[in-house]
Parts: sequence; C-alpha cells; structure tokens
Amino acid sequence: MAAGVATWLPFARAAAVGWLPLAKKIMPKPPVDKTSRSDEILFVNVSGLKFQTWKNTLDRYPDTLLGSSEKEFFYNEDTEEYFFDRDPEMFRHILNFYRTGKLHYPRHECVQAFDEELAFYGIVPEIIGDCCMEEYRDRKKENMERLAEDNEAGETTDKPLSPDATSREKLWRAFENPHTSTMALVFYYVTGFFIAVSVIANVVETVPCRPLKGSVRDLPCGEKFGLAFFCMDTACVLIFTFEYLARLFAAPSRSEFMRSVMSVIDVVAIMPYYIGLVMPENEEVSGAFVTLRVFRVFRIFKFSRHSAGLRILGLTLHSCASELGFLLFSLTMAIIIFATIMFYAEKGSKGSSFTSIPASFWYTIVTMTTLGYGDMVPDTVAGKIFGSICSLSGVLVIALPVPVIVSNFARIYHQNQRSDKMRAQQKVRLARIRMAKKITTNGFLQYKEDGGLGDNDSTALLCVKNRSAFEHQHHHLLHCLEKTTNHEFTDEMRYSEVCMTESGFRTMSRSTSLSSQHGGTNNNSTGCCPRRNKRRAAMRLANSTVSVSRGSVQELDTLHVKTTSSPPQTRSSLNARTEDLKLNCGEPELPDFTAAIISIPTPPANTPEESPPPIPGILRNTRATAYTQDTVKISSL
Amino acid sequence: MAGCTSLCRQGVLKLIQSLQRLVSGTLTKDRTDDELEMMTMVCHRPEGLEQLEAQTNFTKQELQILYRGFKNECPSGVVNEETFKHIYAQFFPHGDATTYAHYLFNAFDTTNNGSIKFEDFVMGLSTLLRGSLREKLEWTFHLYDINRDGYINREEMTEIVSAIYDMMGKYTYPALKGDVPKQHVDAFFQKMDKNKDGVVTLDEFVLACQEDETMMRSMQLFENVM
Repeated sequence: MAAGVATWLPFARAAAVGWLPLAKKIMPKPPVDKTSRSDEILFVNVSGLKFQTWKNTLDRYPDTLLGSSEKEFFYNEDTEEYFFDRDPEMFRHILNFYRTGKLHYPRHECVQAFDEELAFYGIVPEIIGDCCMEEYRDRKKENMERLAEDNEAGETTDKPLSPDATSREKLWRAFENPHTSTMALVFYYVTGFFIAVSVIANVVETVPCRPLKGSVRDLPCGEKFGLAFFCMDTACVLIFTFEYLARLFAAPSRSEFMRSVMSVIDVVAIMPYYIGLVMPENEEVSGAFVTLRVFRVFRIFKFSRHSAGLRILGLTLHSCASELGFLLFSLTMAIIIFATIMFYAEKGSKGSSFTSIPASFWYTIVTMTTLGYGDMVPDTVAGKIFGSICSLSGVLVIALPVPVIVSNFARIYHQNQRSDKMRAQQKVRLARIRMAKKITTNGFLQYKEDGGLGDNDSTALLCVKNRSAFEHQHHHLLHCLEKTTNHEFTDEMRYSEVCMTESGFRTMSRSTSLSSQHGGTNNNSTGCCPRRNKRRAAMRLANSTVSVSRGSVQELDTLHVKTTSSPPQTRSSLNARTEDLKLNCGEPELPDFTAAIISIPTPPANTPEESPPPIPGILRNTRATAYTQDTVKISSL
Repeated sequence: MAGCTSLCRQGVLKLIQSLQRLVSGTLTKDRTDDELEMMTMVCHRPEGLEQLEAQTNFTKQELQILYRGFKNECPSGVVNEETFKHIYAQFFPHGDATTYAHYLFNAFDTTNNGSIKFEDFVMGLSTLLRGSLREKLEWTFHLYDINRDGYINREEMTEIVSAIYDMMGKYTYPALKGDVPKQHVDAFFQKMDKNKDGVVTLDEFVLACQEDETMMRSMQLFENVM
C-alpha cells in the first residue's frame, strides 16, 4: 500500500462513524494502540554521520528495514541511537526516500553499490522515480553487459573442451579460436598468407610486362607467365576449397553455416576457378568467363575472418542501412532534378554534350560531389547559373547527412534497444503493481482466516504474527465495513464456487452430488469453524471436478494453478496456515474424499498411510504428478 | 470613446506582437502560459496553532502530528476531490469507493468550495473523535443529508447505502443480491422514522440513535481511534 495513505488512515477510520447508524451488528473492538501517541525524534548514526528524523517518517514504509521492527536489531542502548555500519553518503538518498516518497538515483555513484544499499535497507529498485529511472537502467544495463562480456570472453577462450569432445567439435573450435592450439594457429596464418598471395597474383597478372622477343606490343604478365600464374591460382584454390570443406564438415549446424555470410564469400571466391575449368575454350563464352574472373577479387573479403575491424565495419554499415538509404534517395532526387534542369537549359546550344537527361546525370553527379572532371560543361548562361546552383547544393546535400548519420547511428541504435526494453519493463512493472495490489486485497482475507479478529478462540491468535499497527487498524476498518453491511469480503475463487454450488449440480456425476450433499450439510452447520468448512468445500469441489474429468493431467494442472493463486505467498501467512490447520478441526473427513474420487485409476502398490488432507498447493511444489499422488493415496484408503 | 481607443490600441499592439513573433520565429506564446502557471500554484496556510487548538479538541502535539502528515501529502495545503477519492479508494481496494468518497468529501468540505483545507480536515476529525455524542450524530446526519435541506428522504438514504455496498465490491459472502441495499434502507427507515412521514429529521435521528443499544456501544468503542 502506498505509504502516503498512512497519514489519512485515522481520517478514514474517524469517518467510519458515519456507518454506525446503518450497522446491523455491533462494531468490532479497535486494536489497542500500543505505540505512544506523541511522535518522537529518532537518532540514526550511519558510520559516524548522524541523522535525525521523526519516527512517523520511517513508519511510512513498514516493509523496509527502517520502517519495521528489524531496525531494533541495530539499536544501541548506550547511545540511544540506531547505528548502521554502511555508506553515509548513500544513506542520505535512502532517508530522502522516506521523507519525500520518491527515490532518486545519485548519478555519481556506482550502480552496484547503490543496488546493494537498497537491498540492505529492503527497498525495491522499482520505486526509483521516473526522473532517475532511465539513467539507473542504462547504467545497470551497461554494467551487466560489461560483466557478461567479461564472463563470455573468459568462457569461450579459456574454457577447456570436455575430454570426450568429438573430433568434429575439436575441429570447429580450432577454426573459430585459432589461439587454442598451435595447429590451428599455423592453419590460420597459412590461409591468410595464401589469401594475400592470391590477391597479389590477381593484381600483378594485369601489369604489363616486357614483351616477348619479336613482338612490339606490351604483354600483361598474366599472359607471359601464364603457366606460373595458373599454378599459383590452382594452389590457392585448392587450399581454399580444402578449408571450406573442412569448415562445412566441422560446423555444428551445416545449414546455418551454409547460409552465413563468410561461407558465401568463400564459395564466391573459389567458384570462378572451377567454372573456368569446366568451361570449354570457346570464343563466345570466354567473354562471360572473363567477367567471372572479377569475382576472384572477393577473396579479399576472406580477410574479414582474420580482422575484427572489418567485421565491425560491416556491422556498422548493416545497422545504419536505413540512413544510408535515405542519403541515396535524397541524392537521387537531387540528381534527377538538376539533370532535368540542365538538360533543358542546355537544349538550345549547339554541340552541347547534354544530349539527353540520363547523359546529364553524369554531369550532375560529378558536379554535386565537387569532382568536376570537365568532360561536360554548360555553355549557355542559364546552364552556367544552374550549374553553379547545382554544385552549391551538392555540398549541402552530401555534407549534411553524413554527420547526421554518424550521430544518428549511435543515438537510434541505443534508443531502439531502450524503447523495446522499456516496453517490456513497463509490462513487468504493471504486473508487479497488480500483484502488490492483489497482495493487499488478499491481506485482509488472510487476516480473517488467521482468526486475528479476536472473536474466535485465543489459540487462533497464535497464528497472527508481526502485523504493523497500520495493518491492524486498516483491517479493523475493513471489518467495520463488513459489520455495517452484514456481508463478508471473499476472494474470486470462493465467490465463483458459491455461485457454482447454487447454480446446478445435477449436470455433474453421482460422485459429485454426494460430495455436494456433504458440502451442503457442512455449510449449514456453521458450528465450530465456518471458514474451515468453506475451505473443505472448496477442496471437495476441486476433487470432484477432478473425478469428472477422469483425472486428465490437463485438468489437474489448471486446477492446481487455480488453488495456488489465491493465497498470498508471504512467509508469515504460510506459517500461519499450517498452524491453523494443526490447531483447529483436526479430524480429517476422509469418507467424503473416497466418495468423491471414484474414477481416477489407482496406480499399483501405494502404501495406504494416514495422510493429512492435501493442502492445495501451498506446501508442495507445482508438479501435477505430486497432486495425482495425493488424491490417489486417499482413494486407496 | 475612450474605451474604443484603448481597445484599438490593444488590437494594434497584439497585431504587432504576432508579426514580431512571426519574423523572429517563435511560434508559441510562452510568456502568457507562464503567468497562468503561476496563478494555479495556490498555497494555503492554516491559521495559527493556538487558534486551532482553541477551536478543536486536540492538543498542540496532536495538531502538529496531523499537520506534518497533511503537509507532506499536500504541500499546497488543500485537497481537491479527485485526490481525496484516490486516497480513499486505496483503503478499499476490493470495490469502488468513489461514490462514498464523494459524499464524505462534501461532508468535510463545510465551506463548499470544492477543496478541503487543513482547518476543515482538523475540525471534522475533532468532531468525530473528540466531540460529544450529539455533535457526532449531527455530523452523521449531515453526511446522509446530501442536499442539505434538513431532511433525509428515501432517495438520499438509498444513494448512501448503495455507495457503501459498492465499497464491498463484487466478491462477498453471502453474494450481494440487487435488493439488499433497499432492504437495508427499509430497515433504517423503520427504525428512525418515528412519525412515518417518509423523511427523517435531525431530532428523530438523534432520538432513534440514542435508543439504539448496539449503536451506542459501537460509538463508545470509537473513542480511542486516534
């Protein structure tokens, strides 16, 4: 419950006087206020730095260390103050949270230190106000990423392979991390060397060498030393092919490997050679064959396995592809506009090189990128004017997006990640708020069931533990409302069951009608424990629906989940429940259960034991098999 | 004639201002908005401590504690109806407390200006917690008498009782039927309306309450609420 309303609680309780004339029953006794009426100043000493605050301020948040009785453990009797051996600078922020209700994150502090302080004082970080929440989350995410990176790096490189790893796994690991074994390192450098050799050979074979004796024309070295180059090429391609096949064999997921970028580059690098081998020495086809040799230059991309920088560049271009696309689009627009203008401006002049609009594209591009080759120049005055406008705007169009892209890239990338995360966090936050609300609504029902209302036998009061004065008073207020209207608060489950009992049981099988009769009689006799019987009825109903569906695991699962959702998962309430059942109504009403569960098939060899009635899901872990075991045990009795 | 020229001057000034804004490039009128903002930041301070002590039945310490809590929640010094409804709804998460909170707000807002100041808050509390029996009953009567005409008729009572049952929410035991509030109102009128004229006056109300044993006992229990 929000702490702020603690101030208004006396107000709401006083206003309850307005219900008195309407109440049909007498109001319950208010809880005795043991705490002193007048407020007092508490002294808190945090590693030497002394703080003082009103007791009421700290009581605002009773589920934290300072607001609950947990702080008594830190009370120093001699100096009459609370001493905490923690960071005094951080404590200032913690105390401000109590004072203002908003938790702020100090930007100069380490995120982890702050988290630890919050955990010590029992404050959930979700309460951090919106003003500081983004910063906190960013820092936290950064921190965690850094830790994860370190862990990952440590893991992948230094983690020794399990001794029974297959040769395939060993080979893959050797390919991915060349530093693991000397063989892998040797192979790594060898392939690197051959890539360089291949690329240099491709370059050098086009350089003109001295012509053969007897001819005048310069020959490219590739034709003069044709055989040598061919041998070198063959060797390189053999190595690359062998490497590719080895990787393909070692890859944990072959299809994924074949789809990856690096393998595509590998294939493209070696394909031209094989195609060249296969193709006949035909004049027409050799033209196409020559173009294929261009693809040999892709071998240079194989270096990206050896260089992390290339990979990062590739990733960068890939991620700001949309910005680059926009740049391209705006450039295209400008080119078309200016080309058209220039064409029509130069149409009049004779002998102009602006023969068509596409021909003017070349002029526009050269002018806008401030290259200015000079192969096409405007003659007319209008053409010159538009030409100058074109070159000026070219500077703008090109120079502007580039820094914007650079800064946009960083910003948009982070922002995108953050907004997705925030959307997910928002859902989690709302879910948590809903859950907290449910806990407070169920808190009162829990309080009632624990018998904390004082009008049952005193043994039930043993179950009530550790409730703050605020909770006592709030529950008293809700109890007054119950007495005024002469109706009780229940939760959704029991309400729907009551509706079920009233609405028609005749549709269910004989076993269920039997149990409903029992349930009915017990409900009428509101003798010793009316609430206990209600819970029994609930369980009986649960079991009867199980029998109807013939014990299918699906039903059991859903049923299990239903019964576990209603009680709140606080430790005190768990303890309270078990004590409750031990103290009151000890006789297990087993005949009802046997009547109810007839159609579940019993598994063989179950020793019949005196098992207590199954507590729906609180003490057991959520496994449907355990549940079936319980019900089956009882039926065997 | 003088009014005309001043209006003309104002119009011309506004025109010049908008032209200026157009040229300089500002599109929003930010200066006037700031002024409006300043005006809504109302801060109300209560009367002195001694005065409040004299007017209410609280001691100085209690007033101090009350004011500290109040000021922390509402630094501006007043509570408007929306905030009040929101706060009251947090005490009754099961059902819908807004209708009853509305009536309660009106009962506390003695000056009928749509907001509760600290004095109203403290006076109301003083009556409810430390007042005499007659004062408490009068306060309750004013709570029920929605239109403040001095009589409680059936419609007003039905509204109040429905609002109270709304706070219980949907999941109750036994389940709430539609006519339960009506039955409750009938029982109330049976008890309170002595001369059976369909309305309850203050005197009838006070008399009937004093005769009601259950209520008197409950009233006593509420002495130590604060």
